[in-house]
Amino acid sequence: MLFYTLKRFILTVPVAIGVSLVCFLLVHLAPGDPLTAVLPTDASAELQAQMRTLYGFDKPLPVQYGLWIWRVLHGDLGQSIATGRPVISEVFNAVTNSLVIAAAATLIGFVLGSLLGIVAGYYQGTWIDRAASLISSLGVSVPHYWLGMVLVIIFSVQLGWLPATGGGPDGSGNRSFEWNYLRFLVLPAVTMSVIPMGIIARSVRALVGEILTQDFVQALAAKGLTERGVFRHVLKNAAPTAFAVMGLQLGYLLGGSILIETVFSWPGTGFLLNAAIFQRDLPLLQGTILVLALFFVFLNLTVDVVQSAIDPRVQRS
Amino acid sequence: MSILQVSTSPVLTPIARSPGYWSGVVRRVSRDPVAMTALFVIVALILMAVFASSIAPADPFKSAMLRRLKPIGTPGFPLGADELGRDMLSRLIYGARLSLLMGLTPVPIAFIIGSALGITAGYVGGLTNTLIMRTIDVFYAFPSVLLAVALSGALGAGLTNALVSITLVFIPPIARVAESVTTQVRSLDYIDAARASGAGAFTIIRVHVLGNVLGPIFVYATGLVSVSMILASGLSFLGLGVRPPEPEWGLMLNTLRTAIYNQPLVAALPGAMIFITSIAFNVLADGLRTAMDVKS
Repeated sequence: MLFYTLKRFILTVPVAIGVSLVCFLLVHLAPGDPLTAVLPTDASAELQAQMRTLYGFDKPLPVQYGLWIWRVLHGDLGQSIATGRPVISEVFNAVTNSLVIAAAATLIGFVLGSLLGIVAGYYQGTWIDRAASLISSLGVSVPHYWLGMVLVIIFSVQLGWLPATGGGPDGSGNRSFEWNYLRFLVLPAVTMSVIPMGIIARSVRALVGEILTQDFVQALAAKGLTERGVFRHVLKNAAPTAFAVMGLQLGYLLGGSILIETVFSWPGTGFLLNAAIFQRDLPLLQGTILVLALFFVFLNLTVDVVQSAIDPRVQRS
Repeated sequence: MSILQVSTSPVLTPIARSPGYWSGVVRRVSRDPVAMTALFVIVALILMAVFASSIAPADPFKSAMLRRLKPIGTPGFPLGADELGRDMLSRLIYGARLSLLMGLTPVPIAFIIGSALGITAGYVGGLTNTLIMRTIDVFYAFPSVLLAVALSGALGAGLTNALVSITLVFIPPIARVAESVTTQVRSLDYIDAARASGAGAFTIIRVHVLGNVLGPIFVYATGLVSVSMILASGLSFLGLGVRPPEPEWGLMLNTLRTAIYNQPLVAALPGAMIFITSIAFNVLADGLRTAMDVKS
């Protein structure tokens, strides 16, 4: 177990370095000088050179990367060009906000998706299966940004039950478990949950179907175990993989939240990315993407390690 | 000489092929009513895009301030008018062109590049495999939407940049599938037999590997088309794809966002088009997958 964890961790290091390299190069992929956004168009050549030295853009790329990664390892992602605030604090706040809806969505998606998947897997081939599979198909095919708009139209515009946009009643970014705050969370979280719901339902259906064909299930039934007892065994076998799928979904949702956050004006990473892209705030763009991608890399690692801890079959394969 | 020719010619004529795997797939798909409905919808959408100029009742660019945000069923505007008074029906019809172009182009390109990378890595193995697959791993480590947004955000808004970004997003997963299938096939006995009989690497790949690996990669790639549709329109929705005033469903959805208070149904129409397209491709991909899985 320890050996596996260590091996998995060592394998992650080159990927993490590669990810940081991609994030670093993104800025240089951008057309034009990275400084054009900061400087007025009529800036003198002298000022331009000065700024270039200040931001370190005059050094060769490998040196720039080395300096950048050194600062990143010390928790310094540079300063936002637009606001002048440290990127790390902006990203930290945004990630927290995004995690709130991503986690809520994953939870909703997991509960509904597992239910659908178990039912569909158990009654494979019947109309129940087809209905459940149709719902999960709809979940993965729906453009979620559109679903968000439709939900806003129904529940905010027409019924007036829930707020259409925003991250809270006063815009202060405070969090609390009062309904006044939570009601802002409902629509974005429900909208976002359809993706993990569809994906988890599909995986669980396939899992349950596969487990049901295995010999041990027949053996359990043959020794006289009640249907409920057999069902419990099936669940226990499906759980590790289902949890792994759920864990990865959290990462995908956090990374892909930009569309939904745009629809609901939710003050998360998507909102930050949007601002960074359209104000050409490159340090902010770089920092946000780096944090999100590294989060995903380490989430992958954690999911793998946890899965192999609760399910020894994983290590052997 | 003439005797020789006569005697060899029957051997040279290709033997009539027995109904092969692919004709079986086509037969099975064509018996699946759900998949056929999806195919019908897709063909209709493509025809709509191709013949947009003859079908559309009005000019999709012609705006008029007086007709802004007309509801569905307004005389002359069967599906209403948008925020600039342009005919929604015509814009939705014309929108199929860019939306389908953006959604459909990335997958085949990524299929070719990803398969080439994956098959090479899987067949050659060793250092080549390590180099290709570890690079792929880095890109695979990004959540797909984030990578697409990051790339097109860095490259700048525009149709081509959006297409490039989405294609790049799909190469890693396709390459991974291609690599794992190729590695499996490579270790089979008939590849060894072909190598022992003196066949070169290219011949083996072309004759023995491609035929066996392209199927699974193809099935996987078809499942990506619906994701590509959603992602492509999503980029336009964010303002990173097609620029206004071009009609494109994602972009239309974005510009109509403020209209949800006055004309909610009109505002939701472009998204419904994306949904229909995406689900049709998804259902067809599911049908293909079932039809190609001989085991079940």
